[in-house]
Amino acid sequence: MLEVKNLHAYYGKSHILHGVHLQVGRGEIVSLLGRNGVGRSTTIKAVMGQVEAEGSVIFKNEQMLGLKAYQIAHKGLGYVPESRDIFPTLSVEQNLILGMKGAKPDKSARWSIEDMYRLFPRLQERAGVEAGMISGGEQQMLTLCRTLMGDPDLIMIDEPTEGLAPKIVELVAELFNEIKNRGISILLVEQKLAIALNISQRLYVMGHGHIVFEGTPQELRENSTIRKEWLEV
Amino acid sequence: MEFFLISMLNSVSYGLLLFMLSSGLTIIFSMMGVLNFAHASFYMLGAYFAYQISGWIGFWPALAIAPLLVGMVGMAVERYGLRTVHKYGHVAELLFTFGLAYLIEEAVHLIWGRSQVPYAVPPSLEGAAFTLFSTDYPIYRVFMMAVSVSMLIGIYLTLTRSRIGLVIQAALTHPQTVETLGHNVPRVFMMVFGGGSALAGLAGVIGGNAFVTEPGMAAAVGPIVFVVVVVGGMGSLAGAFLASLLIGIIQTFSVALDYSIVDLLAKLGITIGPDAPLAVVWNLTISQTGPVLPYLLMVLMLIFRPKGIMGTREG
Repeated sequence: MLEVKNLHAYYGKSHILHGVHLQVGRGEIVSLLGRNGVGRSTTIKAVMGQVEAEGSVIFKNEQMLGLKAYQIAHKGLGYVPESRDIFPTLSVEQNLILGMKGAKPDKSARWSIEDMYRLFPRLQERAGVEAGMISGGEQQMLTLCRTLMGDPDLIMIDEPTEGLAPKIVELVAELFNEIKNRGISILLVEQKLAIALNISQRLYVMGHGHIVFEGTPQELRENSTIRKEWLEV
Repeated sequence: MEFFLISMLNSVSYGLLLFMLSSGLTIIFSMMGVLNFAHASFYMLGAYFAYQISGWIGFWPALAIAPLLVGMVGMAVERYGLRTVHKYGHVAELLFTFGLAYLIEEAVHLIWGRSQVPYAVPPSLEGAAFTLFSTDYPIYRVFMMAVSVSMLIGIYLTLTRSRIGLVIQAALTHPQTVETLGHNVPRVFMMVFGGGSALAGLAGVIGGNAFVTEPGMAAAVGPIVFVVVVVGGMGSLAGAFLASLLIGIIQTFSVALDYSIVDLLAKLGITIGPDAPLAVVWNLTISQTGPVLPYLLMVLMLIFRPKGIMGTREG
């Protein structure tokens, strides 16, 4: 479904990605692991058209590189930034409404606002509140739900569990399974190895701007060399 | 009392006009990060377009057509100018709008000449609306206020009730995230720039005949609009509104007040003779310092509260 080949990315003069290769299949949860600063966030930003990049990003048989971010979104790619970027002056409900790409709710869309409220009753309770006033955990749910409202076929999520209480981390992991059950693929950038091993079908490990390992959770558990060299601190 | 009420009415009508100018500037700034030096030039274009069009088909059609034309000029400037310059950074954008202001001024020189044009209030809006004590208050001032207030309500409803308004509000803080959600942010930028220019143009249409329509009008009002945006707080509409009224009051009242520090001290029983040190300074009247007061306010604001009355960003 998503095939990234020989991806190079730059921030001004610094060369961040040195030829990244990765694939995500339909309905698959794939995690991208690695220490801070190895280029995981940059990889998904490059796919989303947020940084200058060269190489090839094929999504549903179409080249994404060179398209504008809003065009990429319309092709069915969703992106949840690490910084969450909820719109602080708008209400929780208005944030969700802005997740939709059209003015009217799309009947064929997989998610409705009611679905989101069913999954996270807390968001319904806070529907009319300015989104800047809700807690960090609630903001994380909101940013996930907001991107889902755009009905993506593949959603890229950057560090969703960072700084969240264990209880909420569980909720988020549940949501990932619900997303997968609806046939949506997930490309996850995750710091917590336990969660990634638990929910992913396949994993990639990144080091210094390229992929250093690709395999199943089982294979990563057995490969202590890779874990020592590229993951454990 | 009479002086106070009339001055207050004039302050409000001038303040509302300032707000029409500064609202566009402040929205453009907080969304696109561009401080548009050519903003007051769109105000001037509005006045000249309205002068030209009202000569052909009358004032009322001009009231609608001139701002639309200015808005289209603004959209073209964003689409074919700023968008290209954007990748070279904010300094390049700043220089671009700076150059544009001169270009527009020269174009006005070439087409309409260097002196003022006879753009006058239409006969149907001449005369007095009402008499306050012994002063006739002109209909045109009331008309200006009515147009400004309806614009104000229009902007408010668009921003809070419409979908495009939600997109604009969201893009004020996180333009990139709005774009990744599938909204065509470059087009929203173009529309906001066009809308802001059209508002400036409308201010020119109703301000040009109330004051004067001449090639220097952009340079005269431009700095004041920047004062409003800085004092109100960069990117804050509510702040710009308060600051517009405040500057309107300061400028209107100061012109009419002939008091100096010497007069104030005399009331307290202290006299300063003409030979006292810095006598010139103590004898300055408020009306003499009037033109500089808004800038004094801006400088003080930047020192003591750099984010402005209601601004969210520092400095």
